[in-house]
Amino acid sequence: MDIRVQQAPFDFGAECDRFAAVRGDTGAVVTFCGIVRDTDGQALHRMEIEHYPGMTEKALAGMAQTATRRWNLHDCLIIHRYGPLRPGERIMMVATAARHRADAFAAADFLMDYLKSRAPFWKKESSATGSEWVAAKDDDEAALKRW
Amino acid sequence: MKLDVLYFAWLRERIGVPRETLDTSARTVAELVAELKARDDRYALAFSDLDAVRVAVDQDLCDFDTAIEGAREIAFFPPMTGG
Repeated sequence: MDIRVQQAPFDFGAECDRFAAVRGDTGAVVTFCGIVRDTDGQALHRMEIEHYPGMTEKALAGMAQTATRRWNLHDCLIIHRYGPLRPGERIMMVATAARHRADAFAAADFLMDYLKSRAPFWKKESSATGSEWVAAKDDDEAALKRW
Repeated sequence: MKLDVLYFAWLRERIGVPRETLDTSARTVAELVAELKARDDRYALAFSDLDAVRVAVDQDLCDFDTAIEGAREIAFFPPMTGG
């Protein structure tokens, strides 16, 4: 299990390669990468991600442990950035490794749902019209009920 | 009891500081919020809608009725938007 909270960019390709160099009984690796998306119609200049140092690492490790137990993961990686980011930049990635793909997919999906609503990150978007904190979506909170 | 109180995102902006150390006699998070709201308008405004505020006691998400005896760090923030 590897949890990293960092300001620096990460090399998605290299991380995937390293993660997929798996032990013999691993049959499936699932990876997800989140990217700063331009907002509807108004050109996004910057996204600033704030987090709660200490609690962030604790929350992510807790989610990864839960996922590992529940889906018998062989390995799990979460990288999440903070600080100023531009559209197109990679914000975060999740990777899961399991014996079979169903477990690897479900665990990655679970981690993403929990990261959205239970990891202490907050996003502020700046465009030509000003800056605004991104509001949490009801859908994201509702998604947790799936698990 | 001395406590570190932390604020994030728009709560930090409205209150004007990222963290402060308080001497409080509050027994629960709700009592601490009531003390803060009574201090001045910045706090009253930041805590005017508690449905929009989340709280962590010693870095674990909690409810407002959570007891804070022995806690070292209380954080207030909006609903999280990770991922």
